[in-house]
Amino acid sequence: MNPLIDNLGPIVQALGTTLMMALIAGVCSIVLGVLVTVARVSPIPILRAAAFLYVQFFINVPLLALLLLAVFALPDAGLLLPLTPTAIIVLTVYEAAYVAEAVRSGVNTVSVGQVEASRALGFTLAQSLRFVVIPQALRAVVQPIGNVMIALAMNTALAAAVGVVELTAEVNKINLIAAQPILIFSGAGLIYMAIALAIGLAAGWVERKVAIIR
Amino acid sequence: MTDQLIPDRPAARPARTARAKRGKKRTYAASFIYDQPGPRGRRNILIGSVVSSVVFIVVIGIGLWQFASHGQFAPERWQPFTDWAIWQYLLVGLLGTLEAAAIVAVLGGALGVLLGLGRMSNHRWLRWICSAYIEIARTIPVLLMIYLMLFGLPQIGINLPTLWKLVVPLTIANSAVFAEIVRAGVGSLPRGQREAALSLGMRGAQAMRFVVLPQAFRNVAPSLITQLVSLLKDTSLGYIVAFTELLYRGQVLASFLHLLIPTYIAVTVIYLVVNGSLSALASRLQRGSRRRPSTQPALPGLPAIDTKAANV
Repeated sequence: MNPLIDNLGPIVQALGTTLMMALIAGVCSIVLGVLVTVARVSPIPILRAAAFLYVQFFINVPLLALLLLAVFALPDAGLLLPLTPTAIIVLTVYEAAYVAEAVRSGVNTVSVGQVEASRALGFTLAQSLRFVVIPQALRAVVQPIGNVMIALAMNTALAAAVGVVELTAEVNKINLIAAQPILIFSGAGLIYMAIALAIGLAAGWVERKVAIIR
Repeated sequence: MTDQLIPDRPAARPARTARAKRGKKRTYAASFIYDQPGPRGRRNILIGSVVSSVVFIVVIGIGLWQFASHGQFAPERWQPFTDWAIWQYLLVGLLGTLEAAAIVAVLGGALGVLLGLGRMSNHRWLRWICSAYIEIARTIPVLLMIYLMLFGLPQIGINLPTLWKLVVPLTIANSAVFAEIVRAGVGSLPRGQREAALSLGMRGAQAMRFVVLPQAFRNVAPSLITQLVSLLKDTSLGYIVAFTELLYRGQVLASFLHLLIPTYIAVTVIYLVVNGSLSALASRLQRGSRRRPSTQPALPGLPAIDTKAANV
C-alpha cells in the first residue's frame, strides 16, 4: 500500500543518481575552487582578475538560469552533451565559486602578522605557506566547505527542472500516480536531511582530524 | 582586522602606511604573502602573464568560433534586442522577481529574527522547536517544497495562488538561514554588553532590543546582504511555478523569438547587474566595518599610526 515501498527500486536508482551527481560535482568543485583561490593569490595580475571575475559571475547568476542556458540554449551553438553530465558540469563550475569564497574566508582567518612574522624569520613563500598558513587555514576552511557541499547536495534537485531523473523528479513522478503528497514528499525530505547530516558529520570528523590544539 | 591575506577585490588597495605611500608603489594586492619581486621574479611574472593571456585568448577564441560557426553572431539574431519593447518585457519580469524577493525578504527576515531569538531562548521546549525547524528547513531542497506546493498539495485540496507557491517555500528556507545569521551576530558580541545592560536595570527583552540586536545587525550586515543576493537568485525558481519573474519571462521570450542563446544571455546580464550591485554594496559594508576602529577612535593631529602594530 505504501507508495514509497512499492516504488523502492526506482527511488533507490534515483537516489543513486543524486548521490553520484553530488559526489562528482563535489569533488570536482573542491579541486576547481582551490585552483581558483590559488589563482587569486598568484602574482600574475591577469590570473587574479580572471579568478575574481569567475567568482563574481557565478555568485551573482542563478543556478537555474545557468542550467537552462547549458541544457536548452547551448545545443543551438553545437555544444551538446548528454543531460546528466551537462548538469554535473554546471553544478561543478557553479559551486566551485562558492568553494573558492569559502577557502578565501578560511585563509583570511590567518592574520597577516603570521605571514609577516614567518617572512621575517626568513621562510620562503613555499615554507611559509606550508608551515604557517595552510595548517592554520585548514581548520577554518573545513566547516565552510562542508556547508557548500550541503548546499550542493540540495542544488542537485534543480537538475530535476531540466529533466534529469534524480530523487526530486522521481518522487514527484511517483506522487502524480499515488497521490499521497504528505507521505511521499516528507519521505524524500528525510532522505535529503540524511544526506545533509552525513555531509555535516563528515565535515565535523575531518575538522577534528585537522584541528590544532593551541 | 585591517588587512586580509586574500582581499575581497583584486583592485589596487590604498597603501597602508605613509612610508609605503612615499616609497615604491605597491603593485600587488596579495603582497603580504611575498616580497616585491626582483628582476628574475618580474621576468617569471611576465612569462606567466603572457602564457595565461594566450591560454585565455585561445579558449575564448574557440568559444567564439564555435558560436560563430553556428551562426549565433548573425545580426538578425541580435537585432530584436535593439528594440526597447523586448527589454521592457524582460524588465517587467524583473519587477516580478523583485516583488517576490521583497516579500520573501520581509517575511523570511521577520520569521528568521523570531526563530533566531527562539533558538537562544531560556525555555528549553521553545529552543528545541526552533532548532528543529531551522535544521529541517535548511536541509530540504527548495525545489522539493515547490513541487509539493505545485503538484502535491492540490491533490489534497490546498491550491495557493502562483506567487505564494513560490514565496512560501522560499520563506521557509530563507527564514532558517536568516535565523542562523541573527544567532551568529548575537554570538559575535561580547557577553559583557548584555550583562552591562542587565546591570543598568534593563529587562532581558529590553537588553536584547536596545543593546544586543542593534550591534548584532551591524556586525552581520554583509552576511544579510549576501543572503539577499542568494534569495534574489532563488526567485528564479518562479520559472517552475510559472510565476511572472525574470527567468520565466526569458523562457517565454526565448520560445517566442526562437532565439535561445541571445535571450538567456540577456537574462543573465540583467541578473548580473542587479545582484552585482547588491554584492558590491555588501563588500563595501564589509570593508567599512573592517576599517572602523573597534576599540578607540584614532587620535587626531598625529602622523598616521601603523594600525598593523596593534594587530600583531
